[in-house]
Amino acid sequence: MNTMTAKTATLRKIKWKKILPISLMALPGVLYLIVNNYLPMFGLFIAFKDINFAKGILASDWVGLKNFEYLFKTRDAYIITRNTLLYNGAFIILTTVISIAVAILLNEIRNMFAKRFYQSVILLPFIVSMVIVSYLVFAFLSTENGLVNNYILPLLGISEIAWYMEKEYWPFILTSVHIWKQIGFSTVIYLASIVGIDPEYYDAAMIDGAGKWRQIRSITLPLLVPIIITLTLISIGRIFYSDFGLFYQVPMNSGAIYDTTNVIDTYVYRGLLQLGDIGMSSAAGLYQSLVGFILVIISNLIVRRISKENALF
Amino acid sequence: MYKEQRIWQWISHIVMILLSLAAVLPFILLFVSSITDESTLIRNGYSYFPEKLSLEAYRYLFDHSDTIFRAYGITIIVTVIGTSVGLIITSMVAYAAARRDYPFHRILAFLIFFTLLFNGGLVPTYLLYAQYLQIKNSLLALIVPYLLMNGFNTLLVRNYYLTSVPDELIEAAQVDGAGEFRTFFTIVFPLSVPILATVGLLQAIMYWNDWFNGMIFITNPKLFSLQNVLNTMMTNIEFLATTSTSDAASIIAQVPSTSVRMAIAVIAVVPIFIAYPFFQKYFVKGITLGAVKG
Repeated sequence: MNTMTAKTATLRKIKWKKILPISLMALPGVLYLIVNNYLPMFGLFIAFKDINFAKGILASDWVGLKNFEYLFKTRDAYIITRNTLLYNGAFIILTTVISIAVAILLNEIRNMFAKRFYQSVILLPFIVSMVIVSYLVFAFLSTENGLVNNYILPLLGISEIAWYMEKEYWPFILTSVHIWKQIGFSTVIYLASIVGIDPEYYDAAMIDGAGKWRQIRSITLPLLVPIIITLTLISIGRIFYSDFGLFYQVPMNSGAIYDTTNVIDTYVYRGLLQLGDIGMSSAAGLYQSLVGFILVIISNLIVRRISKENALF
Repeated sequence: MYKEQRIWQWISHIVMILLSLAAVLPFILLFVSSITDESTLIRNGYSYFPEKLSLEAYRYLFDHSDTIFRAYGITIIVTVIGTSVGLIITSMVAYAAARRDYPFHRILAFLIFFTLLFNGGLVPTYLLYAQYLQIKNSLLALIVPYLLMNGFNTLLVRNYYLTSVPDELIEAAQVDGAGEFRTFFTIVFPLSVPILATVGLLQAIMYWNDWFNGMIFITNPKLFSLQNVLNTMMTNIEFLATTSTSDAASIIAQVPSTSVRMAIAVIAVVPIFIAYPFFQKYFVKGITLGAVKG
């Protein structure tokens, strides 16, 4: 009896000798996640409050759904939802189509040095910050000094355009900038899948006399379908979140073009830090978190059905 | 057949050359603008072939190097500290979540994973950091919010431990009497260098390029990173003049503003472009790893 308890005691001791140090290793990360990620989740309740900094956040009055009522009564709610969905929708479709085409062409290139060189160069825009990108765009579109107004439009016989004041151009500008910055990244992903296709398929097709075009249509594209669907669904899961830098920096926060440049993320930011309208801002934030959450869950459920190993959970 | 091959080669090269030009030309315009004479620039606008070149912008930066070097220093400090501390925290928590004999490993993995699905967003995060933790106008504000980068990278590292570090190795070390910490730091950590290099690289680029934390948390120009200097200058051209210690009024008169802005953008981009050929292999690996498993 005595030896038994002694044995369990040592076993327990050994167990603690393992649990304790590993828990200590996990501790900084866990604390960080709690502060940086979990506390803000609980902080979403401020969307139901009328924040008054004199009273403090916790002591501010509860107002129920008032903030949401105000938010959805404005035209803003419609505009930011529309812009977020349309931009991201266009981004998903265009980036997928273009980067697959580029990846197929890149894969055709025999010269390994050239192949790697092209891949590296088209990735360059991806590694610079949006602030730098906004400088580049400004060099082209600045009304007084821009290259487009000074050199390109005169060639076409068009008079100068105040780009940062006219909203109808921005859907094209922002989409182009996004594709320019993102295409290298997506190409790398699709290229990796194309490289992974078994060469035997192509050998067999060649024996049957199939040309390149036929091979692409009958082998490459069908074999890419699972990854295309997966990546697209993952993007759709994140369609409620946009690239804040793109929509804030590139239009240079110009008020005249908010109609076509404002998305949920920029709206939340401006409400919080420029207008001081925490009620609206936090309501829009909660709206984004909730709809975003639902979309991620739904898209993941579908991914699971199609290819289980690519599902998040 | 052979002819068709050649046509495809040609088409591919032509398209890729055009795309490469599209990727590079804006940066060339940025560079040329930075060495364009200020009055030429104002008269003719940004151009690839300016009438008159001048290094005035760089000379100006050199004369006011205190502001720029300071910003450079901040960017470097934030990148180095953020990436190293981030990697240590990431690898430790990922390791704990990967140890199958650790009873909380599943809970831990879920705790990390859930942050990918749901988040509090900007408002609560900002209020927490600014109002409660009071990290405004400190270096912490530039480092802390991005320490774990995102749960996704932590899970990548965890996955690496699960698949590439055999349990037997850990057991053997412990039979030899090594404690958990020693096992981790002398055996597991060195083995995971490939994945940590990849994740660390992504994180370092993120810190180097970050302007957002500076924009929302930093109002003191002394703590501005390079990106924040650029960001501020875009809205306030006189930034350099007003933060300089010497006679402000006389400086404003001689600020070659347009080309100076471009010059600062150039010196913010150049280090990444110089380092890029060396890290691009890891970078491409990081992208494919992330996409295929996510």
